[in-house]
Amino acid sequence: MEKERRDFMGLSLGLFTAAGSIGALYAMKRTWDPLPSVKAAGFTTIELANAKPNELVVEKWRGKPIFVLKKSADMEANDRDVIVGGDRFHISIGLCTHLGCIPAYEKDNHEFFCACHGGRFNASGINEPGLPPPSPLEIPPFKINGTQLVLGEEGPEYKKMKIDNLIA
Amino acid sequence: MAHFDENAKPFSNKWLDERIGLNTLKRVLNTEYWIPKDINFLWAMGMVLAATFGILVISGIFLLMYYKPDADLAFDSVNYTIMSEVGFGWLWRHVHGVGASIVFLIIYIHMFTGIYYGSYKRGRELIWLSGMGLFVAFSAEAFSGYMLPWGQMSYWAGMVITNLFSGGSLEAYGLVEWIRGDYVPGDAYLTRFFMLHVLLIPLAIIGLIVLHFGTLRLPHVNNQEGAEIDFDEAASLWKAGKRKESKVIPFSPVFLSKDIFVMGVYFILFFYLVFYHFDFAMDPVNFDPANGLKTPAHIYPEWYFLWSYEILRPFSKDVGLIAFGIAQAAFVFLPFIDRSPNVAPAHKRGLFQIWFWVLLIDMIVLTAMGKLPPTDPTFAFIGLVSAILFLCMGPILVVITMFEKKIEKGA
Repeated sequence: MEKERRDFMGLSLGLFTAAGSIGALYAMKRTWDPLPSVKAAGFTTIELANAKPNELVVEKWRGKPIFVLKKSADMEANDRDVIVGGDRFHISIGLCTHLGCIPAYEKDNHEFFCACHGGRFNASGINEPGLPPPSPLEIPPFKINGTQLVLGEEGPEYKKMKIDNLIA
Repeated sequence: MAHFDENAKPFSNKWLDERIGLNTLKRVLNTEYWIPKDINFLWAMGMVLAATFGILVISGIFLLMYYKPDADLAFDSVNYTIMSEVGFGWLWRHVHGVGASIVFLIIYIHMFTGIYYGSYKRGRELIWLSGMGLFVAFSAEAFSGYMLPWGQMSYWAGMVITNLFSGGSLEAYGLVEWIRGDYVPGDAYLTRFFMLHVLLIPLAIIGLIVLHFGTLRLPHVNNQEGAEIDFDEAASLWKAGKRKESKVIPFSPVFLSKDIFVMGVYFILFFYLVFYHFDFAMDPVNFDPANGLKTPAHIYPEWYFLWSYEILRPFSKDVGLIAFGIAQAAFVFLPFIDRSPNVAPAHKRGLFQIWFWVLLIDMIVLTAMGKLPPTDPTFAFIGLVSAILFLCMGPILVVITMFEKKIEKGA
């Protein structure tokens, strides 16, 4: 009898403590989550009408650099290009897909070079094989709005790229 | 209730002994904690580390008085307020920066001393494991502290290291954003690493130091020959006044006085660096404020992380991450992959001696290659070979120690 009573008390204490600990752990996890204000800092609009061919412009979206490169006539076309007003643009998140450094654009050979670990991408953001980056530069969600690009919103062109597996 | 002498003067030795067992404490921790005589200056590194940790805590307390953990204010609070306004603020910063760098030099010496003399063998496994726990905690402490001045190296080191947690092809970016509290390192990131640096990790370090000392008490420290000492016999000789015949000395005051001599020499070097050569611990790139839109041309970690960074770098992303993970964890398993029962210095263990020096030189080569930019193919190749060699050292150790000849003790 006495033993059963103690087992019951031990079990109840254990269960209550476990439930409380799980609750506390959840609260701790949520405290580390990005704040709603951080998550909501949403959309960036970029004007593409004034871009010059083969000149990299770096914009900012959710704290990350965004590469905007208007392709000149001699640069290879790619399905990843964003076409606005008849011009081809390479748009991507300017962070190396290896460990997140910002690659530099080398104007003369139309390549992005990452100084951290030696990764290279061509002007369409495709990674050169055999180097650390495992995938092409990622294309952020975008929507074409006349000559403007809205980042953070998924337009039909972006959705099509997503289906075709071209965004990263 | 126990008996308390009513005539004992408050705070006298007897009064304290009756209340907190002062004499027992002194005996167990000092006067009858026996240390072998057959040791050298390398056995002082533990207390040198403890003293350096103390100096880091003290200098850290004074830095904390003016440091502002805010992405907009942090850089100026360090580089303007502490460095040029606060009286002697520069001293605390240079002591803290030099201390953080030098503490790793001493940790590596301490570690390789343990490897050379086999001080991780049967009976001493927990000393080794708690020591590795301290190494991990000190690494986390160094990394979190490196974030605080919020310069370019802080920001980009934070970016690269937290990206490691995406797990390569696992693409766990949710986890990375959770660790950062943002899409990129920002204000939430800085304040949480500030918390880790000044509270949680130091608490863990203090706890681990207590555990590390505790694991040492019963097996006792090793000696230069790896000899098994009969501590009871040696202690009774010492207590009987036959100090010359005894193989041991008490921790305090005899061993400690040797420690303090070594510390004296060490602190001359330490303060020479603080006053005349502090720049080696102050990366010039980190004197540019953090900028999320511009990666520095060449980023590299502090010297003490270079060897493991170089194991990450020459491979493709997933292979590199796995190699890096193995390299980080490899040393933990040392007591279990060294199959030889011999507790002896490396120069008496045949092939193990060659293994030891190859490991040390390989890590120095990795360190040197890790500092160079990733553009030179010759150096990149040397880095790759050294990284592969490092990964092979574990299996090699298992094989050579399985066939190691047993050394007969005594004689």
